[in-house]
Order: sequence, then structure tokens, then C-alpha cells
Amino acid sequence: MAQTLKLNLLLNLLLLLLFQLSYATLVFGSVFVQEEEFSEELLLKPLPDRKVLSHFHFESRAPPSNTHGRHHHLFPKAISQLVTKLRIKEMELSFTQGRWRYEQWGGFDPISSNNAKPPGVELWAVFDVPQSLVDAYWKNLTHTLSGLFCASVNFLESSSAYSAPEWAFRPASGNLRYGALPREAVCTENLTPWLKLLPCRDKSGLSALMDRPSVYRGFYHSQRLHLISTESDSDGVDSGIVLEQTLTVVLQPSGWKMGKSYAGKTNMQSNWSISSIFGRKVSGKCILAKSSNVYLQLDKGLVCELKDLQKENAEYGANNLASEHSFELSVNPDKVYEEMDNLHGKSTSVMYEYSIDKYSDSQPFDLGLTWKIPVVWLNQQAPLHASRFLMGSGNERGAIAISLRSTDLSEGSGSTNAINEGCELQVDIFQVVPWYIKVYFHTLQVYVNQQRRAVADVVKKIHVSPSKDKLSPGVMEMILKLPCGVQSAALTIEFDKGFLHIDEYPPDANQGFDIPSAVVSFPNSDASMHFSQDDSLKKSPLLSKYQERSRVLSYTEVLLVPLTTPDFSMPYNVLTITCTVFALYFGSLLNVLRKRAGEEERLLKASKKTGRLSQLLSKLIAKLRRRPQEPLPSSLAPSSFVSHRVIFKILVVACIAVAWQYYFG
Amino acid sequence: METKVEEKRNKIYKMSSFLVWVIASVIFRLILIYFPKNLNLSSRPEVSTPLTSIRRLAEGYWLKQSSMSPYAGSMYHGSPLLLSVLGPLTVKRAKSTQAFRGAIFRIEGQPDHLLCSLLFVLADVMSAMLLRATGQNLQAAYTQRLKSLELHELSKKSEIISSGDIAALVYLWNPFTIVACVGLSTSPIENLAIISSLYGACKRLPPLAAFGWVMATHLSLYPAILIIPLIFLLGYGPDAPPSKLFLQSRCSKGGDNPLSSTSCQQEELTFSGKPVIHFLLWISVWSVYVLILCGISVQQNGGLLEMFKSTYGFVLTVEDLSPNMVVLWYFFAEVFEFFRNFFLIVFHVNILFMVLPLAIRLNHRPCFLAFVYIAISSMLKSYPSVGDSALYLGLLGWFVFELAGKYAILLLPLLRICRSFPSQPCYAQSMDMEGYWQCKLLLCNWYGFCLLSDYSGGRECKCDTQARQDRTLRKLSVT
Repeated sequence: MAQTLKLNLLLNLLLLLLFQLSYATLVFGSVFVQEEEFSEELLLKPLPDRKVLSHFHFESRAPPSNTHGRHHHLFPKAISQLVTKLRIKEMELSFTQGRWRYEQWGGFDPISSNNAKPPGVELWAVFDVPQSLVDAYWKNLTHTLSGLFCASVNFLESSSAYSAPEWAFRPASGNLRYGALPREAVCTENLTPWLKLLPCRDKSGLSALMDRPSVYRGFYHSQRLHLISTESDSDGVDSGIVLEQTLTVVLQPSGWKMGKSYAGKTNMQSNWSISSIFGRKVSGKCILAKSSNVYLQLDKGLVCELKDLQKENAEYGANNLASEHSFELSVNPDKVYEEMDNLHGKSTSVMYEYSIDKYSDSQPFDLGLTWKIPVVWLNQQAPLHASRFLMGSGNERGAIAISLRSTDLSEGSGSTNAINEGCELQVDIFQVVPWYIKVYFHTLQVYVNQQRRAVADVVKKIHVSPSKDKLSPGVMEMILKLPCGVQSAALTIEFDKGFLHIDEYPPDANQGFDIPSAVVSFPNSDASMHFSQDDSLKKSPLLSKYQERSRVLSYTEVLLVPLTTPDFSMPYNVLTITCTVFALYFGSLLNVLRKRAGEEERLLKASKKTGRLSQLLSKLIAKLRRRPQEPLPSSLAPSSFVSHRVIFKILVVACIAVAWQYYFG
Repeated sequence: METKVEEKRNKIYKMSSFLVWVIASVIFRLILIYFPKNLNLSSRPEVSTPLTSIRRLAEGYWLKQSSMSPYAGSMYHGSPLLLSVLGPLTVKRAKSTQAFRGAIFRIEGQPDHLLCSLLFVLADVMSAMLLRATGQNLQAAYTQRLKSLELHELSKKSEIISSGDIAALVYLWNPFTIVACVGLSTSPIENLAIISSLYGACKRLPPLAAFGWVMATHLSLYPAILIIPLIFLLGYGPDAPPSKLFLQSRCSKGGDNPLSSTSCQQEELTFSGKPVIHFLLWISVWSVYVLILCGISVQQNGGLLEMFKSTYGFVLTVEDLSPNMVVLWYFFAEVFEFFRNFFLIVFHVNILFMVLPLAIRLNHRPCFLAFVYIAISSMLKSYPSVGDSALYLGLLGWFVFELAGKYAILLLPLLRICRSFPSQPCYAQSMDMEGYWQCKLLLCNWYGFCLLSDYSGGRECKCDTQARQDRTLRKLSVT
């Protein structure tokens, strides 16, 4: 009896412990994870220019290896090996095609700050190794990733391709390395290995939506892999590895025909549904996923616009939810979150949540949005819109200009800035230029509101590491302090174009060379959003990502710089001609050195002794050599014969020069 | 008495006319400098090479001011001393604080780098003056020699044209010199160092000669080979007809009695060792001094080793493939990486190879030897610019009297001018490298001819003329 009681007690204790543990995971889910987890989410957002943003967010978490060993059942093994082998603290790899349009698609929200990436490949990583080893680890990482993702990430291996930003790219980063390949073409062969890291691949769940033709038909797509690991930290806080995979696609709903409805309803937004965007429906969740949600976000500007419209409609008595009048959702949301705006308390963005646990093959999930009235709105913008362009002409030199233009929206909120006159807007700029763009840092010029200002007045901090030929790229990090009401600011910096060796040109050299995007960030503006129902938000990785404090970040355009190209086909011509010229020089100089005055005299004497014919011959030879046969004392003074010859020579040269100018000029 | 007064008046007249031309050239330069952006000359690849460009110097100064090594990027490859002298002049005063807004407004109207260009003009004028003094010295020595050979007619003839004046004016009014000065390349200063060393050697001033040589070598490496003519110049004195001539004249004088044949051998030109030893001592003093100065200025960042790597190393391993006046850049852009080192050695040895034979052949004419060395190195150096050509064309003026009969030499500058200017339309617009090089290729063919005419026509002429002149002198002295 006592034994059974004991056993019971023990069991109870165990249960209690288990309960406690599960409670702990519930509460400190984000920090203290016991099991491997996977969650999938999809965010849909209508964009002002009749496009739809769809943002897939997959998150896998692996607990620290000291609790689970080396075995994983959900987490991709390749990634965990990568992390442990290369001692990565944090890493981000993105493959992007197309350019994020900051003016139309927004520049202030977490998506544009975290997921809008420069075209091509961008990779940065923080290593947890001593400074001296970082470069070696970086090389290993590039090779591993290029194998893993079927991409030429290994081009980032050479020291002229990557840089070590100190503070402008990410604040307080130690062993950070940053590299970008703007030219890299991104296609389905990069997506497939990326999908292989998901437990369900693209066979079920939200990732099944990724129909390749519709994804790559989009205006912008960016697949991104973000990795945070505390694996090698010696501190007690150890959350293992968090792998965040996102795919951001901007698509045109296929139902909307441009030619048809353009004339009549210019303001009409396009109606769309998941099936019209992707050509597929969501047939249930990935069984391995802990949570599987779809969100629909309506932007701040849109909600504001809708509320205005609602106020107008209020006269007619209908005072219901805005959605019923202006748009219709095909599926009712499970939850609605509203953003909490501490500053204004005005209308803020709205998030509809749909859990797709209940949907299955027989009853697929197909969210649709149908507009009833025409709406025009603007997405929230970053304080300044950054763009970059080249100045100058010719293949010898030029200048890079980064122009910061105040966006319309911030102009509207200028009233808050007007209150505190002394306020300053901080802008961080990080720019990498390849070594063949030889930047003259002393030519940096700053224009504020189209007036030239002294550099020291505007640039508060600058860090420059000039480029070394064929060794390292030029890096420029700057902190600008601009007055809040600034309308426009511009930075220009001059450069010389370098000349490469014939082997260093890429295959299509005449296309030009790409300068990677510059990163412009606003550390004082917070891109995060806070939603009303905080407790349940903890569970969703996407929404918790939304709430994380992050600075507003934007990338500028990639610049295409044409460089002069040598003749790739006939290097031998160059070599032989140059060598011939040198041989001629060498021979003639040697000839001069060899000849002696006495020898000639002896020759002349010898010719005098022989017959008349030979004397004539020698005379002729002497004349051909343009030398008078007998050196006369009067030869010191210029004779008329000589001057005639000189005039003739000069005339010949002038004729050749004129002809040549005419022919080539 | 009257003739003496006449002579004096003549001299004053000559001097004043010379000065007028000098002042005119300075005014001409100032006018050109006043044009905005220096007529874009400073961006021409012919004018500013990676070694002499003032923009690169300004970049190096900027890096140094922001507490980085001036050699941090591969921008600046010059001397750290030049950096501390010229650097402050490149910074525009507009960068000063807002308190001097009025001052900013005043200076903004002025062209950039005004002080710098004034310094270059000063350097040009000084080198012209030194050229003149050296030329006069040479001529004096020459006439003295002629007199000692008892050839008074010839000596009178040579007094008509003052070769020093001609050399100075050729140097000052040479378009290359003007372009190099207005285009803000640092070559006027290098030229000044070379000319001052030659002047010092001619005047038998070992400290000055040594200083000039050390500075010139420090600034551009190639003048290092000038140590041979400088030693000859100090040892034997200025250019003279070969010692054989004296021998012959003496012997022919005393040809009747066979006893004097022994005495004529004793009167050979003697090599005086004392100034040479002084010179070598001064060289070591100055080079230690320069090295210490450099060491102090690059102490914080990298030290002397880095300085040598990015100055001399940059010159020797032709790293920068940007276009310049000769064809080496394109050659190294196209040559296979495997052969690169071989050809580097070949091209550099081409300069060194001729040093010894020429020294043996022309040991009695050290100034002419120096001229030949300068001409060769200016054509074969890795980053040639018009400033280098300006120097040797200026030196040509010294020998105007000796080379009087050979007008073929006139072709040389003409060809050079033709060579350097047609490339302008090729480069200004978006024409590719190939096009530019094709121009250069044609020019290169031309260059082949130029070299041919230069060496077989011109140089041969020169050497020959010298030889032939010696011969005529001999004949004259014998008869």
C-alpha cells in the first residue's frame, strides 16, 4: 500500500514537473525553448499600386545542442552543422530579384526595413571567433553557402569582395563581414534548396503556395535566410539556433486586366484572392508546424483613408465596420489586431488573423479581398527617401551622388518637428565600392537644401577604409545629422575608374560593373509596430518580429558603371608590337654605341683607293645615310641643303599628322 | 676699352631680354592658372600620372589628416615630405568654420589650388634659372677648352648664342612644361631637384649636387642612375672634347721633337677624387637626413617599409594600369599573368642595361650623358608624363651649339607633340580602352619611328655629331 502511495506521489511529482516545464515553455517561449519548433505564416498586404505583397515567414528553432545532442527531427541538419562548425553568431543571406519601390510599397514598416533587400545576393555574418580567424571562417562560410544554395556566393571569398563595416551597417557589431553580389541572377534553383530546409518542403502547408511561375512572374521577390545562434555563447542564456526563412514577393493579381479597366476606374483597386495570386489554394497546414497562420495587413494610410470615407458615409446612417462598406473579405478573420500608436492615437494599421488549422484538402483556404469603392492611399514612408546616381561622363572618372529627399508624409508630420527647433535627424550611410572605383574621399561634398555646406557641419562621424588595388574594397561609413525640416540633402564623391587586367573582367565586360547598394538607415526612427493583444502575439514569430525594435533601413539602387575594356581577342598583337618597338629601340641604341668615328674614316679612305664606281657607290650610300661624304669645316653652320631637307621632313610629318587627324578625328 | 663696354652693354641687353621672356612666361602661366578648373589639364592622363597627380596627393593628405596612413588606399604613391609641404596647400580654406563666412565667399571665387600652382610656377622659374646658370657654365668651360686648343674662331662663334639662355627659355616656353605646371603635376619639383643636382655638380658644389640627387631619387627613383654623370661631372669638370684631342694637339705642336711625346701623355685630363668623395659623403648625409624625416612623418602608420613598398614598389611593379604616354600600361593589361614578372624585369633592365656602355662612351661629356640618361628613363619609365619630356627637351638646349647642324632633332619635339595630343578626342568621351589604345598603337608605331628617328636619326646624330665635332676640332687643331 505504502509502495503504491509512494509511486503515486512520485508520479504526481513528475506530472507537476512536466506541467511546470510546459508552463515555462509557454511563458518564456521565445527565450527558453525545449523542443524543436517550426511555424509557418503568410502575410498578405494590398499595395497602393494594385499589387499585393505576400510575405512568407517560416521559423525553425532548435534547442541548444547540450540538451538534445546532435540529432534533429525538424531543424535542418545542414544549418545546424554550419552554425556549429563555423561558429556563427548571426547570419543573413538574401537572394533578391527586382527592386523594392520605397515610394509606393512603403519604407517605414518592418517588412521594408528587414525584408527589402538589394538586388542580387547579400550576405553578412557575425562570427564568434577571434579577430584573426574571422576572414578564414568567412571564406569557409561562402563556400558552404554556395554549395548549399547553388549560387556563386563563393565569389565573396576574395578579400576584394567583402568588407568589415564597423558601426553603420549594424550598430555595435564586432566580427561582422558584409558582402554583396549585385549581378547574381536569382532563380528557381536557388529557391529549391531553400525550400528543402523546411520540414514540409513545398509539399503541404503554406509553402505549397509557391508556384514557381507565379512567384518568378512577380515584380519583386526576395528569399532570405536569417540565422541567430547563441550556441557558442558562454553565458547562461542559450536559446539554441533560430532559423528564419522569409520569402517576400510582390505580385500583380492575375484577375486584373490592365487594358480593360484603366480608362474608367483609375482609382479602383484590384480584387484578389490567394488563388488568383498564386494559382493555388491553401489546403491545410504543414502537420509538423506548431502554428500556421495567414495575416492580412491593412496599412496605416489605407485604414486612415477608409475611416475618412466612413465618416462621409456616416451621414447615410450606416456606422458599422469600415470593411463592410469599402471592401469585403471572403473569409471572416479569427482575430483582429489593431496597432497601438502611442504618439497619435489616430487610426493605425489593422491586422486580420486567420488560423488555417481547420482547413483541409476538401475545404481549402482561399482568402479574397473585393473592393467596393475606389481607394487611394500612401504607404508610410521613411523620413527621407534615398536614391543614388552617377554623375559625369566618359570612361575616365565620375562621381557618385547619394540624394536624400524628404518624403511627403514626413512633411505632413513636420508639425511635430516644428515644436522642437533644435531637433536633428540622424542618418547612417554605409557604402561599399569595389576597388576599381577609386574614390577620392577628400572630394566629399555635402549639400543641404541645395546649398553647399561644410562637411564637418553635417557629417558627425565618418569612418573610411580606402580601397587597395585588387585587395580590398573601399568602405565609407558616415553619420549625418540633418535638421528635421530638411527638404533635400545630397552627398557627392568623386572617383576615378580603374583599369583591370584582361583576366579580371567578367564574361560580359561591356555591360559594365555594378556598385553594390548603399545602406541608408535612420537609427532614431523605430520601424516596429505594437499590437493591442499582447499575450497571444507572443506565439506568432511573425508578429513578434513586428514588435521587435528595429531601425528604419533602406537600400539605394545598384549603380552600373561602364569601364573601359581592352581587346580580349588579340593580346598577342599587343605583346608582339610592344616587344618589336623595344627591340627596335634596343638595336638602334646598340648600333649607335658600337659605331666609331674612326671606322668611318677608314672606310672612306678605303673607298678612295678603289675604283670610281665604288666611290660613286659609297657616295650614294653616304647620301642615303644623309651624311655629307666629307665633313667640311663649314658644316657647323647650317647649309641651305640641310634646311631644305628639314623643311621637307617637317612637311611630311605635318602631312601625316593632318591625314591621321582627318582619318581618325 | 670700348669693346669691353660694348660687351657689357650687350650682356645687359641680353639679360634684360631674357628676363622679359621669363616674366612673359610667368604671366602666361598665371593667365592659364586663372582659368577655371585648370583647363581640366590636371585630369589628363598625360599630365598627371599616379605618381604626380595632385588629386592623389590631396587624397593622401586627407587620409593623413584623418589619422590614417597616407598610403592606406592605393591612391598616393609619392613622398611623405612632399605631402607635408604641398598637402596643406591643397586644402581649400572654404572648409573652415562658419565664422569666416565672408572669407569663404572671397576665396570661393578663386580657382582651387592657387597656392599650389604658384609654387609650381616658382619651381619652374627656379629650374629655368639653374638651367641658364649651368648652361653658361658649360659654355664657359667649352670656350675655355677651345681656347686652350687655340681655336679662337670657334670660340667666338659659340659666344653668339648663349646656350644657357636658350635652354632656360626652351624649358620655360615648352608647352609640356607649361602643361605640367598648370596641370598641377608634381613633376616641376622633381625636375627642379634633378636640375639643381646638375647645377651643383657643374659648379662643383658637392652638397647641392648631393641634395638634388637624393631628393630626385627620393621623389621618383629613376634619377638614381644620374649618380654616374654627376660623379664624372665632379671629377672631370664640365663637358669637354675628349682627352685624345688635347693629346693630339700637344703632340702635333711638339711633333718635331720626339721628346715631347712623353710630356703630352702627362697632360691628360685628370680625375680629381676630392669633390667626388665629398659628394659621396654628402649623399650619405642627405639620404640619412631624408630617411629620418620620412621616418618621423610615417612613424605612426606603417613606418619606412610601407613607404618604400607603396612608392618604389609601386613604380617597379607596374600596378596601376591606367593609360599614360607610352604603351606599357596596355602591355601589362594584356600580358599573361605568368609572364608578368619576366617582362617587368625586361623593361626595367632596358633602362639599366644602357647605363654602363653609355657611361664608357660619353665619359668626357657628363652633361650630355646625364641628358641621355634622362631621355631614356623618361621614355621607358613606368609612369611617364609630359613633365619628364619637358625636362630633357629643356636640357637639349644646352647642346644647341654643338648640335647646331643637326636639325633632324627638331623632329623629336614635333613628334612628341603629335604623339601626345591626338589622343584627346579618344579619351574624353565614352570610347573604350581599345579605341584609346588603337590611337596609342598607331602612335606606338609612330613611336617606333620616333624612337628610330630619335635614336638612329636623332640620338645617333647627337652622338655622331658629338663625335664628328670632335673630329673637326681635331682636324682644326692639327692643321
